[in-house]
Amino acid sequence: MATNAGTSIFSPSIAHQPLALVNARLIDPERATETKGGILVADGLILDFGPQITPASLPPHAQIIDCGGDIVAPGLIDMRAFLGEPGAEHRETIASATAAAAAGGITTILARPDTTPPVDEAAVVDFLLRRARDTGRVRVLPAAALTKGLQGLEIAEIGLLQQAGAIAFSDGAHSVRNAQVMRRALSYASDFDALVIHYAEDKDLAAGGVMNEGEFASRLGLAGIPREAEAIILDRDMRLVNLTGARYHAALITTSLSVDIIKKAKAAGLPVTCATSINHLTLNENDIGDYRTFLKLAPPLRQEDERRALVAALAEGVIDIIVSDHNPQDVETKRLPFAEAEDGAIGLETMLSAGLRLVTSGELSLFRLLHALSTKPAEILGLPQGHLVKGAPADLIRLDPDEPYIVEKAKLLSRSKNTPFENARMEGCVKLTMAGGKIVHNLG
Amino acid sequence: MSELLSKPRFPHRHLLGIEGLSPIDINSLLDLAEDAVEVSRQIEKKRATLRGRTLINLFFEASTRTQSSFELAGKRLGADVMNMSVATSSVKKGETLIDTAMTLNAMRPDIIVVRHAQAGAVHLLAKMLDCGVVNAGDGAHEHPTQALLDALTIRRNKGSISGLIVAICGDILHSRVARSNIILLAALGARVRVIGPSTLLPNGIERMGVEVFRDMRKGLEGADIVMMLRLQRERMSGGFVPSSKEYFRFFGLDKEKLSLAKPDALVMHPGPMNRGVEIDSAVADGPQSLIREQVEMGVAVRMAVLEALAQHLPNS
Repeated sequence: MATNAGTSIFSPSIAHQPLALVNARLIDPERATETKGGILVADGLILDFGPQITPASLPPHAQIIDCGGDIVAPGLIDMRAFLGEPGAEHRETIASATAAAAAGGITTILARPDTTPPVDEAAVVDFLLRRARDTGRVRVLPAAALTKGLQGLEIAEIGLLQQAGAIAFSDGAHSVRNAQVMRRALSYASDFDALVIHYAEDKDLAAGGVMNEGEFASRLGLAGIPREAEAIILDRDMRLVNLTGARYHAALITTSLSVDIIKKAKAAGLPVTCATSINHLTLNENDIGDYRTFLKLAPPLRQEDERRALVAALAEGVIDIIVSDHNPQDVETKRLPFAEAEDGAIGLETMLSAGLRLVTSGELSLFRLLHALSTKPAEILGLPQGHLVKGAPADLIRLDPDEPYIVEKAKLLSRSKNTPFENARMEGCVKLTMAGGKIVHNLG
Repeated sequence: MSELLSKPRFPHRHLLGIEGLSPIDINSLLDLAEDAVEVSRQIEKKRATLRGRTLINLFFEASTRTQSSFELAGKRLGADVMNMSVATSSVKKGETLIDTAMTLNAMRPDIIVVRHAQAGAVHLLAKMLDCGVVNAGDGAHEHPTQALLDALTIRRNKGSISGLIVAICGDILHSRVARSNIILLAALGARVRVIGPSTLLPNGIERMGVEVFRDMRKGLEGADIVMMLRLQRERMSGGFVPSSKEYFRFFGLDKEKLSLAKPDALVMHPGPMNRGVEIDSAVADGPQSLIREQVEMGVAVRMAVLEALAQHLPNS
């Protein structure tokens, strides 16, 4: 397996030469402000930024990059991605995933814990942290299992896993079926002020389904999954959060029913946040077309009305963040009849471009898009990055929001190529990505 | 025994719980127990207080130390003691329990000591029986003689209970020992803290007049007494806490955590202990441990309770 030890942002030989990005549109998603100017980076941190940062103002030994009027914004933070390690290195590795992430402007990834073996022991957390340090191009943070073996039966060692470095607890693509177990897991997690990330799906109600339930599924002759499969568990979870006081993040909601549940919970003051995926914001069930398995996702793509409701909820802030739900699948598991194909699509590299479609269509402001992709996830995870402030880690992107390109499978950096945007026309290109002050992607 | 009988008369026919006992009741039982300690330390340990009386130990739940402690207490007071261990499974329904009670009643016992897995079962029996009834533990409800022996142990070592900070740590949710102790210690003026993970704390515990801590280190700060509770094996593998390893890290009493309590803090445990789960051997066997003394006080307290109830027996 190839390693990228030389490109690690954590390598000890970090450059101490100050670096400045000048002639840029500096976007602060938190305050929704835009300033023309530059940003000065040293020792991995944002030293200063604003209109006063010009080539003339900089010390002579500083490295200067002229952004030619491009956007400079905080690097993106993706709270749901499957990185392959350990156990599925044929689908993805931390090296390949973080290369794709860097190209897509993502500087921090929360790795899904449903690996093989799962991240339910401190030793696996330690393994991930070391692999990320040695082979990762951007930051990789481990989430650990909420229940042992992701079985939904026994609480995982939340305290020990947290001490080892896990920053959130989740069963990944598994939903905890038993309400008693979920109640105790939330209750126990709350003692450690641990964030619980849960994927809400009623396994029994969703059993056998392969796409969204409705007319289109009936026409295709495919078994459907009703929206209620998500809503029932989410609703249960809100009641358990109310009972336990745990910090809860809904990993991925995809329906207007779920939006209403989250809205109500937030109005009641519950410590709840939620995400939806870039796929569910920009695609709908019709995109499945002629049984295209790259669009077979979990939860399934919904109807256009639902997609619009998700975008509106995102704009309003009911939905907090956008995730890539990056799920690399090799060709063999996708080149099957639709119902037999694996769920999932890759998304690290295309998340930002796809999100910009919503800005172009006028459905979402650029500020809110970047906020949902950087500042807000940082806030949920309690991270210092994702903010345009002095002293914050220099995790930054340079973005030309108008540059067009076509998504070509062969050029994607992920080890798997199952993109739902194959041959799609995109606008918005990440020209440079910086993580911890180090340039990890640069189109020059 | 004449000096014992001269003390204030214990006003209850049964001992079903600490709930309902006044501080005077509790102290009079503890005073009686002090005398019983002396009796038990003599070569001639036998008294005639319960001579001719029949004591039945009716244990629906397996027990070694409590049952033998009651047996010894009864024998030292001269009673005839019969031990009945009933398989839990065959006596679960109310009717059967009452039938058992009626059968036993017909045998004319003077005092029955009962342990049962269901909270309230001992109260139900007490209503059906003509004799005195001692609760030796009913479900997660009460275990009054354990709380009394703990209080006696504390009193003998600290002089008084009033004003002490007592931290009760561990599985509060399932513990009858914790409930009886909380009531008794609060009644005698101690400041009671409970410490445990949220999954092992009963809903509404803070309304029982205790301070609640989910972080053991904070809860131990300044404590005079650290009372550890047993965590049953089936509860430490993910159902309530993830593992015994994790439990020991966060809620196990070791020297380092104990150092946060007062320097003269004393350590107690109702037994049987899970060494390396809720308590480290170095602490359990260390100079601050009262665990063995608790066992001795157990016999004395049970002698005191039997004596107190004997005051109400006909023809006494």
